[in-house]
Amino acid sequence: MVTQSVLLQAELSALVGAEHVYSATSGDVVDGLQPQLIVEPADIEEVSAVMRWANDAGVHLLPRGGRTKVGWGNAPRAAELILSTCRLNQVLEHAWGDMTASVQAGCTVAAFNQQLAEHNQQLALDPLWPHQATIGGVLAANDSGALRLRYGSLRDLIIGITVVLPDGTIARSGGKVVKNVAGYDLPKLLTGSFGTLGVIVDATFRLYPLPQALRTMTINVPTAVLANDLLLRVLDSTLVPVSVQLRAGTDQPVQVDVCFVGSTAAMNVQSEQLARLCLTMDCSAATAADELVPWQAREALWRDDPDAVICKTSLLPTQQAQLVGEVERLTGALRLKWDLVAQALGVGTLRLAGANEQVVLVAVKLLRSWVEALGGSLVVLSCPAAVKQRIDVWGSSPAALPVMRRVKEHFDPQGILNPGRFVGGI
Amino acid sequence: MENRIIDELRDVVGTHGLIVEPDQLRTYECDGLKNFRVMPSAVVLPATGAQVQRIVRICHEERIPFVARGSGTGLSGGALPVTGCIVISLARLNRILHVDLPNARVVVEPGVINAAVTQRVAPHGYFYAPDPSSQSVCTIGGNIAENSGGAHCLKYGFTVNHVLGLKVVLPNSDLAELGGSALDTPGYDLPGIFVGSEGTLGIAIEITLRIIKRPEAVQTLLAAFNSPDEAGAAVSEIIARGILPAAIEMMDRLSIQAAEAAVHAHYPLCDGLLLVELDGPTAEVELLMQEVKAICGDCGAWELRLAQSESERAVVWKGRKAAFAAMGRISPDYIVQDGVIPRTALPRVLRDIGALSTAAGLRVANVFHAGDGNLHPLVLYDRTIAGQEHIAEELSFAILKLCVDAGGSITGEHGVGREKQQFMSVMFAEPDLDTMQLVRCAFDPYHLSNPDKVFPRTRLCAEKPGRYEPHPLETAGIAELF
Repeated sequence: MVTQSVLLQAELSALVGAEHVYSATSGDVVDGLQPQLIVEPADIEEVSAVMRWANDAGVHLLPRGGRTKVGWGNAPRAAELILSTCRLNQVLEHAWGDMTASVQAGCTVAAFNQQLAEHNQQLALDPLWPHQATIGGVLAANDSGALRLRYGSLRDLIIGITVVLPDGTIARSGGKVVKNVAGYDLPKLLTGSFGTLGVIVDATFRLYPLPQALRTMTINVPTAVLANDLLLRVLDSTLVPVSVQLRAGTDQPVQVDVCFVGSTAAMNVQSEQLARLCLTMDCSAATAADELVPWQAREALWRDDPDAVICKTSLLPTQQAQLVGEVERLTGALRLKWDLVAQALGVGTLRLAGANEQVVLVAVKLLRSWVEALGGSLVVLSCPAAVKQRIDVWGSSPAALPVMRRVKEHFDPQGILNPGRFVGGI
Repeated sequence: MENRIIDELRDVVGTHGLIVEPDQLRTYECDGLKNFRVMPSAVVLPATGAQVQRIVRICHEERIPFVARGSGTGLSGGALPVTGCIVISLARLNRILHVDLPNARVVVEPGVINAAVTQRVAPHGYFYAPDPSSQSVCTIGGNIAENSGGAHCLKYGFTVNHVLGLKVVLPNSDLAELGGSALDTPGYDLPGIFVGSEGTLGIAIEITLRIIKRPEAVQTLLAAFNSPDEAGAAVSEIIARGILPAAIEMMDRLSIQAAEAAVHAHYPLCDGLLLVELDGPTAEVELLMQEVKAICGDCGAWELRLAQSESERAVVWKGRKAAFAAMGRISPDYIVQDGVIPRTALPRVLRDIGALSTAAGLRVANVFHAGDGNLHPLVLYDRTIAGQEHIAEELSFAILKLCVDAGGSITGEHGVGREKQQFMSVMFAEPDLDTMQLVRCAFDPYHLSNPDKVFPRTRLCAEKPGRYEPHPLETAGIAELF
């Protein structure tokens, strides 16, 4: 084993330089699996060379960015080599006049946005841990936050991609213009593909102007049913918030947060309209002391507690109160604690915690079958290893799994990329 | 086509759903791109999704190519038949199946007319955002195939941004549900790849669309400039100030003349006319419109006219949307192109188009979605003059080349279809196209679904990828697979 590792390290060193290949440590373990080597290619040609080599050698590869979500997905079946994008961290181009920018996969979301801010523009996305999370990782895991209400999610923001396939093929798709229907839309296929089709090397996005100012209103609502009603009324109104979310949890009041951006005058009018709407529902809206705190609630669900299970729920906007009701019923019966941060469009992040992971597992399974029966999905994002061994984090196989499998087989015929981590064992 | 197969098709759709008479087939020999014509072997008009599936099963088993068709308004030959094919018209699948206002979703069949979706939900204050100029006749199914845009996609996005889920008949006749009503269905974003695949990955038989609440206020401004450069500068400045209009359209003198002749929109006659529409909360729209007017004035606009009523606004848009068809008023024939450039390259590319036009001795009218850099140069010619059609084609392709060289695209919303197949190689390298083919092969290994479109040539699916070759170390017995 050691001999092989040394041999392979030597081969990889020839491709990227000895100082950029090193042994993995226990800190690199993913779901109990110990990768052997880490390789850090410097550019797209090196990524291509490494992948071609891995493909030829049958070495399983785990692409990795800022390590914030490396534990998401099912446990990998194999992962001898970690391909880190840490050296691919440059903003390639900011065409601010065209409101587009190209960035390498290893650049963090915060660093990217910092550069865009020089021209008062932004990647209009609020993913988790933006200071560590990389563009490539955020794309692969399709992570977006409450801003999606106004700006869409990654699939709506990405306009071009460069990806390296397992056989080393460097493929570009999309382009640098916001409007483009030439050929298949591979940027969308790669978004959320969990590193199972290719390694994303760079991406181009459409940008939005940074808002002049923002204002968050928080409304305490007596019940989840009323909160869901308020959320729907906001969506059905002529108000144009950038984000709306519902927060609830064990022994916590139900709250709805609404964020407006723009000029002070326009925000004043919008806030007043919202306040009037709230009055008709016997609740009152107050401006949040710190505009940003309510929007950090999703990230706060990952507070220190390795035994908690954190899931992503997706249902229709009208089903959020039912979700809260079902979570309350289950957690009450099973004596668990829970927190939910649900975006207006129906995507929520739910945290379940209790003394016994066995009980949490039962809760997740029961809740999942309830959610799926309503046509939604429940994906486990973070959980203790013992839980992950006994559950498919993605839930029931999607209806289109056979097509997905064929796509995977065509892109990665030898199955070297993140095997086993995605839906249906892909 | 063998009688046996004709009989099988008749069993599925009945006598009234089958067309085999040459006279009647002629209606289907082309789409909106009329200089390409191919007679199909048969046309079927199924009335249900189940019938679509049975037809595709016959095609799959007999290895007969099929071409799905909506209203046939496409401008790139996407619905052009191929020799020996069956055209599957979705015109009879035209039901709006479900309207869910609280969740802002509408479920439709593919033959539903684009504008019918908005008509259905308008009384409740909603609209369906993608608005191609042909929206009063084109179908949602066709919009799905082409990922149609329209004037308002600058702010609201394209068809793909409004499709949540699809029920499709795959080329092997299996049914598949892509996406769903809730967001972020686990798995690959198959709706993302299906929308815009130009009918090459199967046929959608049921589509879940997202609708949008109509904004509180809409204001439409006409601004007349002395040159496209000045108008272009105004567009850049509006965007640079962080204003995102619902639409910014530009028309040149020729387009204005044509539109006026057809629709009498009372446009000011000038060399660069901007149509800027802002929508949103009233307070915001009023504030931003003042800013837009000031920018236009600073950039040289000599007339600023705000549409004063909903009917005035409608006329302004009617003129713009009629611009293509109106070219018939000023030229016997014309070719529409659909290139995209980075917005900042606009003045340079317009000058280059002017130079090409002069050199070729043909007029080029320009009407385009200026906000997102989507040009629609219309090359005017007369096919009765020997050789002129060829010169016009060459000119329109030279314009596309300009777009690609400027860092843009050969198509913003019309699709590649048959027309621009060979241009895919100008825009993409071979590995890029091979990678797209991997998707094609995963969906349609026999290339039955709208074959010979989009891609420059057909590569058989079996040609790629190669077989597994063991690592030299492995063969030498030095190392095993980890």
